[in-house]
Amino acid sequence: MITVEQLSKYFGAVKAVNGISFEVKEHETLVLLGTSGCGKTTTLKMINRLIEPTCGTIQIDGKNIFCQSPEILRRSIGYVLQNNGLFPHYTVAENIAIVPQLLKWDSKKIERRIDELIEKLHLSPDQLKAYPNELSGGQQQRVGLARALVADPPVLLMDEPFGALDNITRSKIHAEFKALDELKRKTIIMVTHDVQEAFGLGDRICLMDKGKIVQIGTPADLLFKPANHFVKDFLKEQRLQLEFRAVLVKDIWTLLPHTKKDVDAASLSADSDIWTGMEKFKYHQTDRLNIAYEHETRSVEFKQLITAFYQYQSNRAHE
Amino acid sequence: MNEQQQTLWEFMRQQSDKLAAQTLQHIGLTFISLIIAVLVGLPLGIWISRKKQFAGTILGMAGVLQTIPSIALLGFMIPLLGIGARPAIVALLLYALLPIIRNTYTGITGVDAAVKESALAMGMSKWQILFKVELPLAMPVILAGIRTATVINVGVATLASYIAAGGLGEFIFGGISLNNTNMILAGAIPAALLAILFDFLLSRLQNLHLKKVRTATATLPALLILLASLYFIPSAYGGKLTAGFTPEFMGRRDGNLGLQSKYGLKIHTIVISDAVMYKAAYENQLDVISGYSTDGRLKAYNLVVLNDDKRIFPPYYAAPIIREDALKRFPELEKTLNLLAGKIDDSVMTDLNYRTDYLHQSPEKVAEYFLASRELLKPSRNGNAGIVRIGSKIFGEQYILASMYTLLIKGYTDYDVVTKTGLGGTKICFDALINDQIDLYPEYTGTGLLAILQPSSKIVDSLTKNKNETFDYVQREFEAKFNIKWLEPIGFNNAYALMMREKQARQLNVKTISDLKRYLESK
Repeated sequence: MITVEQLSKYFGAVKAVNGISFEVKEHETLVLLGTSGCGKTTTLKMINRLIEPTCGTIQIDGKNIFCQSPEILRRSIGYVLQNNGLFPHYTVAENIAIVPQLLKWDSKKIERRIDELIEKLHLSPDQLKAYPNELSGGQQQRVGLARALVADPPVLLMDEPFGALDNITRSKIHAEFKALDELKRKTIIMVTHDVQEAFGLGDRICLMDKGKIVQIGTPADLLFKPANHFVKDFLKEQRLQLEFRAVLVKDIWTLLPHTKKDVDAASLSADSDIWTGMEKFKYHQTDRLNIAYEHETRSVEFKQLITAFYQYQSNRAHE
Repeated sequence: MNEQQQTLWEFMRQQSDKLAAQTLQHIGLTFISLIIAVLVGLPLGIWISRKKQFAGTILGMAGVLQTIPSIALLGFMIPLLGIGARPAIVALLLYALLPIIRNTYTGITGVDAAVKESALAMGMSKWQILFKVELPLAMPVILAGIRTATVINVGVATLASYIAAGGLGEFIFGGISLNNTNMILAGAIPAALLAILFDFLLSRLQNLHLKKVRTATATLPALLILLASLYFIPSAYGGKLTAGFTPEFMGRRDGNLGLQSKYGLKIHTIVISDAVMYKAAYENQLDVISGYSTDGRLKAYNLVVLNDDKRIFPPYYAAPIIREDALKRFPELEKTLNLLAGKIDDSVMTDLNYRTDYLHQSPEKVAEYFLASRELLKPSRNGNAGIVRIGSKIFGEQYILASMYTLLIKGYTDYDVVTKTGLGGTKICFDALINDQIDLYPEYTGTGLLAILQPSSKIVDSLTKNKNETFDYVQREFEAKFNIKWLEPIGFNNAYALMMREKQARQLNVKTISDLKRYLESK
């Protein structure tokens, strides 16, 4: 758990971060979202002390981070950057092994851990001897992620980790990212300016502006209970898609008609969001999908799904 | 000179010992200074990449050093560090600093900020980041700087021979003084090849893959130290006394070659420029030097000439030489010029030279003083019966002689005089005479023989024993070949000579070159 209290960073007269407080729970992913210059990256870098705050406290698992040396602190926090920051003069394997070597692991252990990671991250073993510039952007980012995860740090900080990737690669990595079991055990703070990414990856989103937190909450909170006009405007352009993304099938379960299971239809997980459900209809060219939730299976048509979603939406708006 | 007919290859083979020694010295000088420059420049470059506020000042200072002309820089070094390797190394080091500091700075500040940040974020310490990230990544740029510095050093190291630090400059400047193309090339070609070779090798190193740079960086210091140590091999043999000879003297038969072949003199020798040689002898840095027997500094620095008992130095008696047609045009001239014949001996000329070279009196004043003391000075008649044109070479003694002749002609005849002093060298002076640009100038018998007539070595050997034979020979040949007349000699013999400090010569009881040889060979 990370606890940030009254954290500020002034660069001369500019208050880049102005007295913010938040908490990230164990194994939770918090996304710091905002436009450039809102203070999100500064906030992130204060957590591993790349930037020293002007005032305020940060605790990780109840321990004040300013009480230990920055080097020791950083070795227990994974860090992923936008431009991956891989060492161009190190091979992939050497890049991944940097932190374990700083921690003085023995080489057998390092080797085992690297083998384990590259499999999880869909890298091939012969790429271990390659240099970063011989890899594609997506592969480099995976190596960057492997390097951050290799020592199994409880906390992971990510600064626009997928910002440099093209759209197709990015969505592929997003999917892998969500599926990666290693990450489910991490407390993650991720910085992004990409609203879609924030909604896709964040358990909670912390929307920042001018060094202050405007609203912090789940994606649905931000969509359906925006704190003010700034939040509303910030999400305006992608609102519809975000809503499809933010609402899960199980959220609208009670609004779906009580139909019987259709033997021939494909199935849809109740934990999927509506957008994924809609895609599945298109993808399978099917009329019905079976949804199982709480010991019951219902067979649902595309139209029924959409109708239930709109009903949910209008209910939330009037809460 | 017959040697000129031999090919460059023959010359290099004949001089292969010297060539090898000079090449090793050259490489050694280049790399000793380079190592020190790296040891100074690299940390300085790293430091200013941390403290950017000092970068401008440091780079500016290194830049200013770079703009000082090399000869001047070597000159500044002499009062501080004397002669020899030390000042040369310091001068070379100062030249090598700028490219090394600048490229270290550029290389380190040019390392991708994201890479540095990720190194920091992974928990590397300041020093780990420097040695594992910044230096390896900056290495290609730093190597480029070292490469530039190496090439600069190979070039500037040729000048090191001016201050007795050795290197291929000995051949180059010896060759220039002796007008010996083979000798120049024997120095210049290896120097150029060294520059190309090191440039090539370092470019290979620079283009190695980043990964291999790590091994290369480890072997580089060892290699540099090895190359630097080459400097000490040739100078490993020492001796009781140290001789300093000019590059020209080193290459002449009537110089060091004669000393070796006729006397069998073996002495620890360094090559040095004429400008600093006398002073170095005075300051005990050299014991034996090659000089001119009437040089004013002989007196200034209290040096004595060793008697050339086997007569390897041909006589260099000075006499005015004049075109026959000028003698006809100015009938009074020969008589007037001969007023000086036999009037100035070696010690008088040395004293006169001392007055100009050391006391900085003007040649005109010195000439006037001398003529007055011999009661030869007469007021100018301001005549206008024709203009005599007198030339002189570009050193003090010749200026004095030209001034004396001017005063005599103006005082004793109705001719007017113009002087064309400071003509670059024998060739220029003589060509001016032949081509009717001047009417006369003072020349030396030895120069007339060796530089102008260039007879076979047999004739030279047979002539140099005796001053009169030499004079008769050049007089006869000049008359026949060029229609130029040698008038009567002035008296002094400005020949090559070996000199020592007067006090040391007395202590060691060395009066002749043979004495010197005996002393060197005694235990």
